[in-house]
Amino acid sequence: MANKRIDEATDTETVGHEWDGIEELNTPLPRWWLWTFYLTIIFAIAYMIAYPAWPLIEKGTEGMLGWTSRGQLANEMSVADQARATVRERLARIPIERLPDDSDLMRAAVSGGRAAFKVNCVQCHGAGAAGSKGYPNLNDDEWLWGGDLRAIEYTLVHGIRQHGDIETRFSMMPAFGRDGLLTPDQIRDVSSYVLTLSGKEEQSPAASRGADLFAANCVVCHGENGQGLREFGAPNLADAIWLYGSDREQIAAQIDNPSHGMMPSWSGRLDPVTIKMLAAYVHSLGGGEDFVEVAADPAIEVDEQP
Amino acid sequence: MNNPDQTLVKDGVEKSVDPVSSAVAVPEAATRRHEPGEPARVHLPEKLYEKRKAVHNKRIDGPFRRFKWAVMVLTLAIYYVTPWLRWDRGPYAPDQAVLIDLANRRFYMFDIEIWPHEFYFVAGLLIMAGIGLFLVTSAVGRAWCGYACPQTVWTDVFQHVDRFVDGDRNARMRLDKAPWGPSKIARRAFKWSIYLLISFATGGAWILYFADAPTLFREFFALEAAPVAYATVAVLTATTFTLGGFMREQVCIYMCPWPRVQTAMLDEKSLIVTYKDWRGEPRGSVKKAEKNPGKFGDCIDCLQCVAVCPTGIDIREGPQIGCITCALCIDACDRVMKETGRPRGLIDYATLEDCEREAAGEEPKPAWKTILHPRTVVYFSVWAIIGLALLFALGTRSRTDLTVAPDRNPPFMLMSDGSVRNAYTLKLRNMQTRPRRMAIELVGLDGATMWSEEIPMDKASRRIVRNVPSDSTETVRAYVMAPPDTPEQEFHFRLRALDEAGETDLGETRFEAPGDE
Repeated sequence: MANKRIDEATDTETVGHEWDGIEELNTPLPRWWLWTFYLTIIFAIAYMIAYPAWPLIEKGTEGMLGWTSRGQLANEMSVADQARATVRERLARIPIERLPDDSDLMRAAVSGGRAAFKVNCVQCHGAGAAGSKGYPNLNDDEWLWGGDLRAIEYTLVHGIRQHGDIETRFSMMPAFGRDGLLTPDQIRDVSSYVLTLSGKEEQSPAASRGADLFAANCVVCHGENGQGLREFGAPNLADAIWLYGSDREQIAAQIDNPSHGMMPSWSGRLDPVTIKMLAAYVHSLGGGEDFVEVAADPAIEVDEQP
Repeated sequence: MNNPDQTLVKDGVEKSVDPVSSAVAVPEAATRRHEPGEPARVHLPEKLYEKRKAVHNKRIDGPFRRFKWAVMVLTLAIYYVTPWLRWDRGPYAPDQAVLIDLANRRFYMFDIEIWPHEFYFVAGLLIMAGIGLFLVTSAVGRAWCGYACPQTVWTDVFQHVDRFVDGDRNARMRLDKAPWGPSKIARRAFKWSIYLLISFATGGAWILYFADAPTLFREFFALEAAPVAYATVAVLTATTFTLGGFMREQVCIYMCPWPRVQTAMLDEKSLIVTYKDWRGEPRGSVKKAEKNPGKFGDCIDCLQCVAVCPTGIDIREGPQIGCITCALCIDACDRVMKETGRPRGLIDYATLEDCEREAAGEEPKPAWKTILHPRTVVYFSVWAIIGLALLFALGTRSRTDLTVAPDRNPPFMLMSDGSVRNAYTLKLRNMQTRPRRMAIELVGLDGATMWSEEIPMDKASRRIVRNVPSDSTETVRAYVMAPPDTPEQEFHFRLRALDEAGETDLGETRFEAPGDE
């Protein structure tokens, strides 16, 4: 392809390539440009030697510097852990009753709890902690087992209806229909009465028949006015919040053969500090309660190890 | 096989019978089309790459050179003095007049403080700078390239260093050709240390825009500054040293996109530095012209225009990408014309259109017409409209800002007494450089109350008061509770600064409620 010649119009040499009479003029590149090009090649070779580069069958070449993306991540994580260590230590030492007094620590606990919640709790309680049928909403002001920081922490540590944890929150509502304690008619009457407690239905003969049955069978746990009892996790029947639905059929079904929620005891799965942070987060969702009576010197164990 | 320029090949042994270049030897063969099947013609020497030809521009004095000096002093003064200017903003903000505070994401420029969400001011300024370049180009050609571009200014500085150390053009050319010896090494070492010093001053001044200048200046030399400061200075020193000291016109010709854009923007109506060939050609020395009056043009072929050119081009070849229109050749040519008693302006700022007019003996267009053509007016209008819009936005912007983000998961909450609760994340921006007390109030949504993390639910009211620190954003999580059966609706939060000015901002949002199922 050496058909070089001098182009007359421009007085420039051609590079010698020709396609159907079309030729290319040779406008030389600056020499330093060529050197920078060689430099990039040298850089690329050095880079391939220094860093992981070539994929092989089992794994890639490792590079002289021994750098890996996983290693870098591990370094960054340990730096972040070190930065968090003091906060975790302070969290481990503070009794949870005293947490609200330290607003900085409380804020740190809430944000740590938010992260832990996303990993451990959203499966049942939902991303916004709003729950669903059978899974309590943690944003509202109704608490089955108590909504102050200590009660929430206790629920987290021991779980609800967990076998193997002797201190777990436990209660069992009798299956009034299934076990023949009440007839279907009686269950209907009790349902009517329960609906009047929150004003969902007017008084009726069925409801007053149900009132007698309620007094005989239900007040032990749910209270005289259906206000519930936290010791047994018995829900308040006189408010607007219904874990298993507020329809007549849903209430009747719950009296007939009740569903019971379960929650894992997290003490074996999460460290005490994370549980404390989760309690703080759940408490911060808007329905957290103050302690009913604040002890002058709360005699609670302090988790020593973070 | 009867081509006269053909190469004889027998068993690959015999070489061409032609001289080195067929183009030289057989001119008609060079221009004749190469026939398929025809053996290769003789090799011309390989020349795909070209060594840089050093530019040793000669010293020149004249009006344009003096203007260039003035622009250089002005631009360098702006660059070096600006970080040291102070501006009082009170105790809560830095007192540096121009400061790009990357760590805190604030940009200070005299009385203006820009937050990241107001970056459109910077974008607007950049657009104005771009259109400003177009405007200048359409009015006076490549004036930016010739006088104000940092590459031009620093190249000029380094060329003066060359002249100071090694002498003028001829001395420098001699030294360039001289073999390396002790004196040349000493001279080069001396010159390059001055290069390095200038480069260091260039890179060093840059970082002063990004932190408190006096503090950083002390920390830098006490080796206490951040590593990024040293890295930045090192990189900028290296680039200034290379680009200003050695690459020079190569940056304009090969690296910078702007000259390429200019070739598309210039036309016969654009002001450029032009050699008036109709007046200059044919060239002939003064002596020849005296012998043969009327035969030669005004150009005496003294090559002074080439000697003074900082990019090493010959302007007499016509407009070209290497010409930055610095007009030093005009100064040089005007002086020669004066000495030879001919009218000035053989090389001059002119449009190609005017050149044709002059060649035809007509009057050139008046200067204002050259500058004020429709394109210039359009560019100026666009430029001015953006500028006015920015000024208007600057004058009317509020230094108090509220943004409202309602919780979407869950959108609403039913409380045990049947009330409906929504949660909102409010961001209160206090963009003034002093702490302020601010109140958030509910507007609309009758019967609703709100509380937040610090205020317990039983102290809920329609107003939350917060102290917002100077120049910062405060996040408030507000729980708004409305009585049972409140329908979903639009409402507002109002942020009010509790001071004399009482700036307010409204944040529109929505209250969600259970619908009819």
